[in-house]
Amino acid sequence: MLAMRHISKVFRTDLIETHALRDFSLEVAEGEFVAVTGPSGSGKTTFLNVAGLLEGFDTGTYHLDGVDTNGLSDDARSRLRNEKIGFIFQSFNLIPDLDIFDNVDVPLRYRRMKAAERRERITSALDLVGLASRAHHLPSQLSGGQQQRVAIARAIAGDPKFLLADEPTGNLDSLMARQVMDLLEQINEMGTTIVLVTHDPELARRAQRNVQVIDGQVSDFRPYEPHAQPATFAAAAAG
Amino acid sequence: MFGYYIKLAAHSLRRNPGITSLMVLAVALGIAVCVVTLTVHHGMSSNPLWWKNDRVYAVTLDSWDPEQPADDKHPDLPPPQLTWRDAEAVTASGIPQHAVRMFKGYGVISNDGDGGGVRPENSIVRVTSADFFDLFDVPFRYGGGWKAAADAAPEPVAVLSSETNERFFGGANSVGRTIRWNDRVYRIVGVLGEWHPAPTFYDLNNGAFQDPEAMYVPIGWAPSLELESAGNTNCWKPESIDSFAGFLASECIWIQVWVELPDAAARTRMQAWLDSYVAGERRSGRFQRPDNNRLTPIDEWLRINEVVRDDNRMLVALAFAFLAVCLINTVGLLLAKFLGRAAITGVRRALGASRRQVFLQHLAEAGMIAAVGAVLGVALSALGLHALRVMYASPREGFTGLMHVNAWSLGVAVAIAVGAALAAGLYPAWRIGRIAPSVYLKSQ
Repeated sequence: MLAMRHISKVFRTDLIETHALRDFSLEVAEGEFVAVTGPSGSGKTTFLNVAGLLEGFDTGTYHLDGVDTNGLSDDARSRLRNEKIGFIFQSFNLIPDLDIFDNVDVPLRYRRMKAAERRERITSALDLVGLASRAHHLPSQLSGGQQQRVAIARAIAGDPKFLLADEPTGNLDSLMARQVMDLLEQINEMGTTIVLVTHDPELARRAQRNVQVIDGQVSDFRPYEPHAQPATFAAAAAG
Repeated sequence: MFGYYIKLAAHSLRRNPGITSLMVLAVALGIAVCVVTLTVHHGMSSNPLWWKNDRVYAVTLDSWDPEQPADDKHPDLPPPQLTWRDAEAVTASGIPQHAVRMFKGYGVISNDGDGGGVRPENSIVRVTSADFFDLFDVPFRYGGGWKAAADAAPEPVAVLSSETNERFFGGANSVGRTIRWNDRVYRIVGVLGEWHPAPTFYDLNNGAFQDPEAMYVPIGWAPSLELESAGNTNCWKPESIDSFAGFLASECIWIQVWVELPDAAARTRMQAWLDSYVAGERRSGRFQRPDNNRLTPIDEWLRINEVVRDDNRMLVALAFAFLAVCLINTVGLLLAKFLGRAAITGVRRALGASRRQVFLQHLAEAGMIAAVGAVLGVALSALGLHALRVMYASPREGFTGLMHVNAWSLGVAVAIAVGAALAAGLYPAWRIGRIAPSVYLKSQ
């Protein structure tokens, strides 16, 4: 599904060069639920942006669902992002002056779907997250947990193969966080590949596989083992 | 997608009604000022007989003082009018399809008889040749012009303007009835339809934006009634003029001459005739200045007579400068608004919008502002033109005909609005399309 090999990404200013990713390699198989963890400044966000085709990279290769993303035009990258990837952000990133229905509609609009098909997909996505009755509310009229569920509905409405979730429960209380994680697991069970970026070991434990990023490199890479210390903890302890 | 962009633009504009109003007002003011100045300028500079521009010519000859030009500011130009005898010779040449010699007369028009309750009126009357109406394509409501024979006889016939016919005959068909001009009665042979050429290019004496004359009578009455010009009469030669016949034989210029030449061959023949005529007159002691025998088409005639002055052009330039200031302000407001929404644009980019789509979405918003601005601008233009009409209603009636929102003004408004949308929207839309979505997503 996702195959990054020897990716490097450097941010340059007049004074300094920051190697955000260096020789970064990661493969995620179709249907996997992978948690990417790491301390602040480790390169998690850069990985997320590169994986989500929001930023390019300097060297290496990145294939997404078999498509070599290197050298693609902005139009082609946008189309690939729209069709293959769903985004879930920590702060939900709903558009405040559009109602819930129109928010979920956004990615479908850019896919130029017919109105009837869009309506059907929006309704079923909102059904899945349990907010169909709130379709014509504004985001500000919903709780944080509900807003994140709308964001999930928006991410899955286009039926992407791949969900990128960036600290999806970071702004939620524990009860709502659990509900969101339950929803993600449910979506994963339906066949969608999920990469979850988080610094929360509890959340990472619910993924099938944990990947730890330190200094822009994958430093530990092991499946989650029930009853054992999470990989992230083990690595941290070893460090 | 266009419908979606319009929906988003409407959402966005509703969200900040204050800023939206400011932008719309800026565009509207800029457009209004441009439309007002351009409408007036267009009216002033347009050729009311454009379809005959390659057929109708003003005839001018330089019979002026050998020691100095007729106009010190334009020494290359011959005087704008002809002497009576030169005008008579030109129109008698037989070369033009139509030839007109004429001047502006003055006098009292009144009802023939008991007056019918209509007060006599001091009016401008054009004393002209029979060809006037055909040469200038003057429309008739009733009847027509007089025959050439009526010029020579002369016959007491007249053509009334639509307004004069309205005033004295209540708009009814007055052909065959009579009207009095000064102390002579004329039989009405024709009544004009609506005819308000602006500028009144055929006689630029006393201003280019006069109302057309109230009545038209044959030129042949000039010698017998000793009619003098109510326009300009200019003389350079010390001559002893002790009779009207002497005045007609003098070097004073006061007659306008226009000819219609249907093709280039006729024009060449006419030019050769003028050159030959002047050469002949020179041998008898007249025309001591260098040859300057001109056949001037209407648009050139308007230009050399400075119907549109440089300060009018400057006014148009200032109007566009004002529009530019309005648009620069709109660009600034749009840019601030778009960049303030960069995070939302970042979300749209993450969800699959390409740079091109983001660009078009924001250009649609700028376009909507320009469209609303254009509608408001046209309304303000109409107000502005109305204000000008009120200010200039009297005595320069001719100006008021220029000051209306018409199809031309609307076309200009649409063109300026499209230009304004592109000018104000392109840069902000391009800038917002170039933002890196990841930067703004992080800042959400």
